[in-house]
Amino acid sequence: MKVELEADKCVASGQCVLAAMDVFDQDDDGIAILLEDRPAPELLDDVKEAIAVCPAAAIRLVEQ
Amino acid sequence: MHGIVVVGASAAGLAAAETLRREGYAGPLTLVGDEPHAPYDRPPLSKQILSGEWRPDRLPLRTPADLAALDLDLRLGGAATGLQLGERTVRLADGTTLSYDGLILATGVRPRRLPGEGAHVLRTLDDALTLRDRLGPGRRLVVVGAGFLGAEAAAVARRLGTEVILLEPAPVPLAHAVGAEVGRMLARVHLDEGVDLRCGTGVTEVTEDGVLLASGEVVEADEVLVAIGSVPNTAWLDGSGLAVADGVVCDVYGEAARNVYAAGDVARWHNPLFGTSMRIEHRTHAAEMGMAVARNLLAPEARKPFAPVPYFWSDQYGMKVQAYGFLRGHDEVAVVEGDLAERRFVALYRAGERVSGVLAVGMPPKAIRGWRQAVATGAGWHETVSPGALPVVRP
Ligand SMILES: Cc1cc2nc3c(=O)[nH]c(=O)nc-3n(C[C@H](O)[C@H](O)[C@H](O)COP(=O)(O)OP(=O)(O)OC[C@H]3O[C@@H](n4cnc5c(N)ncnc54)[C@H](O)[C@@H]3O)c2cc1C
Ligand code: SF4
Repeated sequence: MKVELEADKCVASGQCVLAAMDVFDQDDDGIAILLEDRPAPELLDDVKEAIAVCPAAAIRLVEQ
Repeated sequence: MHGIVVVGASAAGLAAAETLRREGYAGPLTLVGDEPHAPYDRPPLSKQILSGEWRPDRLPLRTPADLAALDLDLRLGGAATGLQLGERTVRLADGTTLSYDGLILATGVRPRRLPGEGAHVLRTLDDALTLRDRLGPGRRLVVVGAGFLGAEAAAVARRLGTEVILLEPAPVPLAHAVGAEVGRMLARVHLDEGVDLRCGTGVTEVTEDGVLLASGEVVEADEVLVAIGSVPNTAWLDGSGLAVADGVVCDVYGEAARNVYAAGDVARWHNPLFGTSMRIEHRTHAAEMGMAVARNLLAPEARKPFAPVPYFWSDQYGMKVQAYGFLRGHDEVAVVEGDLAERRFVALYRAGERVSGVLAVGMPPKAIRGWRQAVATGAGWHETVSPGALPVVRP
């Protein structure tokens, strides 16, 4: 599974970072950064939480 | 088995439906929404949609494929009109009745209005598109209410060259929400951008050519936007026996009656983190509470109290406001980093002896995340804010 982030949708809320610190970070403007686009399986639940809680629907998981 | 019915097909309802599936619920799942559109996002309505920066096709919260994967009985374009708790049924506008084993209420809020005809409100995609077409140079817009929604719309309208008159009954906009100092600072930004902000100005009525003030004066305008807060969509629950008091009344788990939960803007629940009952109208809150109640409904034996640190943001001109916590009813505000005048600062809010909230403007996210932690842990005010070293602002 691969994580995709549409940075131009991001509203800099930081919810993804709170949900999955090891996968997401924010730049100085608050825009999310993907630290890891193929996170380890044990991080997938956190990533799913981040997807669910992202107010901009800017994060997706794609099969690969 | 009748399955689970979710009423309200927006942020909270969708998050609930997705969580049910994610947590392994494979039974029948119905999502009822009265808007004709698939679930879409509201915050961009007063920002990118109103400005014309985004086309409406960017609003849907999920792709058709993502929605299909949820295997929903999706009933859009028709309202739920009644709830019979005893029979465990929901009545729909088309006369159908849905039976349920579990029910999640996520019907949100609707805008408060003023007497008189012809004013805009801003809640739905159609509202935003209608208003967008009326803005621009040579147009004069009156915005009634300088809360976050009215302020965002005023900012966008102004940037589009519209002449904007922003009317606010309170002496300082948002003072009850963010404190007088921060409210004054936000007001200053609008004045600098050329908005004609008039505080202490109550509007009684929308008229054919503008608005009528409490003073008897008429303010003329081409368009009027009424942004004076909202009312929870609970009328359809009248007579159901559910307790409603400015929102569906829930316990710490988000439960309103056995196997009936509420989430998002429509829900009032007891937040144990702050020891008080609250109803929150923030985008991230809707998703978080939708997720939390879905889990509580599925696993009653392992229920968890819903104790979030509410979060919201607001974009006005180039400026982003972000806040964590429960700022309403605060006793004191202290600027702990930066400077109000420079429009780059972090302000902490005190309720009783604890840090109850933090609001930041123009600060990097890392600066605010640490303070969020102080809110989340209920840090003591005096241990967190050293009065001697810091400019303390009283409300
Ligand atoms: C213009 C605008 C800008 C905003 N900007 C921000 C922002 O910058 N930051 C932020 O944190 N928050 C913002 N918000 C708030 C945020 O959008 C809401 O908190 C969020 O949408 C709440 O989601 P919800 O699912 O609880 O309710 P809603 O989004 O209101 O969804 C409820 C749905 O239920 C439907 N419904 C109602 N009654 C019935 C019925 N009887 N039967 C069937 N369906 C029904 C409604 O039509 C609606 O589609 C903004 C809101 C608006 C309107
Ligand atoms: S949660 Fe979504 S909107 Fe918020 S910072 Fe992360 S990607 Fe951006």
